[in-house]
Amino acid sequence: MKEARAMKKNILISPYGGLLLLALILALMPLAVSNDFHYDLLTKICLTATVAVGLNLLVGYAGQVSLGHAAFYGAGAYASAILTSQYNLSPMVALLSAAAGVGVMAWLVGRPILHLKGHYLSMATLGLGVIAAIVLNNEEQLTGGPDGVGLPPLSLFGHELSVFGEYQFAGLTFTGVELWYLLAAAVLVIAVLLALNIIDSPLGRALRALHGSEIAAQVAGVDTAKYKLRVFVISAVYASVAGSLYGHYSGFITPTVASFEHSIELITIVVLGGMASTFGVIIGAAILVLIPQFLTDFQELEMVVFGAILMAVMIFLPRGLLPSVLQRLQRGAQ
Amino acid sequence: MFSEFFQFTFSGITLGAIYALVALGFTLIYNASHVINFAQGEFLMIGGMGTVVLVGTGLPLPAAMVGALVLATVAGILLHRLAIAPARDADVVTLIIITIGASIFLRGLAQFFWGKEYHALPRFSATESLSIGGATLLTQSLWILGIAVVLVVALAMFFSRSKLGKAILATSMNKDAARLAGIKTQVILGVAFGISALLGAAAGLIVTPITFTAYDVGIMLGLKGFVAAAIGGLGSSTGAVVGGLLLGLSEAYTAGYISSDYKDAVPFVIILAILFFLPNGLFGSRAAERV
Repeated sequence: MKEARAMKKNILISPYGGLLLLALILALMPLAVSNDFHYDLLTKICLTATVAVGLNLLVGYAGQVSLGHAAFYGAGAYASAILTSQYNLSPMVALLSAAAGVGVMAWLVGRPILHLKGHYLSMATLGLGVIAAIVLNNEEQLTGGPDGVGLPPLSLFGHELSVFGEYQFAGLTFTGVELWYLLAAAVLVIAVLLALNIIDSPLGRALRALHGSEIAAQVAGVDTAKYKLRVFVISAVYASVAGSLYGHYSGFITPTVASFEHSIELITIVVLGGMASTFGVIIGAAILVLIPQFLTDFQELEMVVFGAILMAVMIFLPRGLLPSVLQRLQRGAQ
Repeated sequence: MFSEFFQFTFSGITLGAIYALVALGFTLIYNASHVINFAQGEFLMIGGMGTVVLVGTGLPLPAAMVGALVLATVAGILLHRLAIAPARDADVVTLIIITIGASIFLRGLAQFFWGKEYHALPRFSATESLSIGGATLLTQSLWILGIAVVLVVALAMFFSRSKLGKAILATSMNKDAARLAGIKTQVILGVAFGISALLGAAAGLIVTPITFTAYDVGIMLGLKGFVAAAIGGLGSSTGAVVGGLLLGLSEAYTAGYISSDYKDAVPFVIILAILFFLPNGLFGSRAAERV
């Protein structure tokens, strides 16, 4: 109890204070970076973090492990690609249709598999993810197969947003790369705001109850199946939207967006940053996007170093980076 | 018609034997420590690649094989000692990420020291294949089946007859009670990881003459072994063997009769179908959750 009260006092940990801080950091980032390459990394961090914030609702709060979440990300990206290039839908309409379609898909597969517990749930989500990647690789007419498929630039309210473009607003000139960063940052802030609201809603409380003990939650009258399904669909829609945006941003996608390795990367971000810590998983996303950049000098040893970091963090900070660090700071302050 | 069927059955059983060995490794570690070891596939890679590399240094094949098996066993014991044991109170997902970290680490080491190329090993017998009823049977398949049977029987004997085997069983049934009975459970868990790694490496080694090996072959083989173990209901050894064979046969028939593009999807479709109807696998016991 004492700890909980101490935490409430700390504005950094109070969720909406954290959101303000995040928005501030994202808004000030352009002062710290100078070139397109940095903007590119920041945009990727924001989009990856968006998926992670959604996945964290499922894994961190509800305690349901998904080892196949990249399937929803890939489904969003490919649905956008196919709807825009083969059916001539505008990117925003395609993005929303993709999100709705992925939501329905998650609802359909979620119903049977969310009855599973523990390792069987991991197995089932892993299986779905692997099957999705194999389908994307093999249905060449629709997906372009292993070679991938192109996407047109995103367009917002009739204006095309291309990474190669230049845009005038109120006398200021922005490059496409800068605008893309601002868009991705805005999406992340909205994603976090929605997540914080969900966590603070009856749904969020039900999820935490079933994370503690599903049977106890059921006995207390929580319809656990309904809430698990709902958060599964929400996290899938988060992934789909981020996937569609990434597709338009990069202009080209291959089946690796839906691969098992990508699913592992996503769950790693959540666990590394800190389960049930919305801001922790954003740090996790930043680390996972940046690590390969820092390791380019030891390219040969990249996997070794990455594997070692992963193991070391999980062994010494099993609750994830941000929660563990905050805990230590608090202990130090007392 | 029939010769085709025989052909697919042979290759299915051969593959199935490999999956069964991987699944047994999963089962052993799962029973002993309730960890799903995502690094299991890397032991297969060490078995195959290790032998290739040692043969490359001029060692005769049998010595190279022993060397690779020892290397994998040591890797298994170290995995437990350095990565699993220090985190024994961690969450299930945290343990999954640790074993995934270990698999990336081991794959990275293999890539760094042994390179990215694909390698093969010579077949164990001089005669390459036999013809039975119009179907070709690779002699290597016989080796694989024979060795798999010997390993499964030896494992069964080990658990039913030897003191060490019984200590592992006791630890998996109730860790605290085993410790009270004087069993050093941490040592026993290390042994379980070592044996599991040995099984994996043996599987990776005997399959290399027909499928090639490289630093990254462990990913798919490991995942399919996990599927085989889950089909049988995690924790059941009989289930692991049956699951492995079922997987190998359905993969071979799918590749032969339906589409080889989708053969890698077969194990995952099967496991989803099974889990939809039998949430605890074919041989799994229903466990009650403690509140």
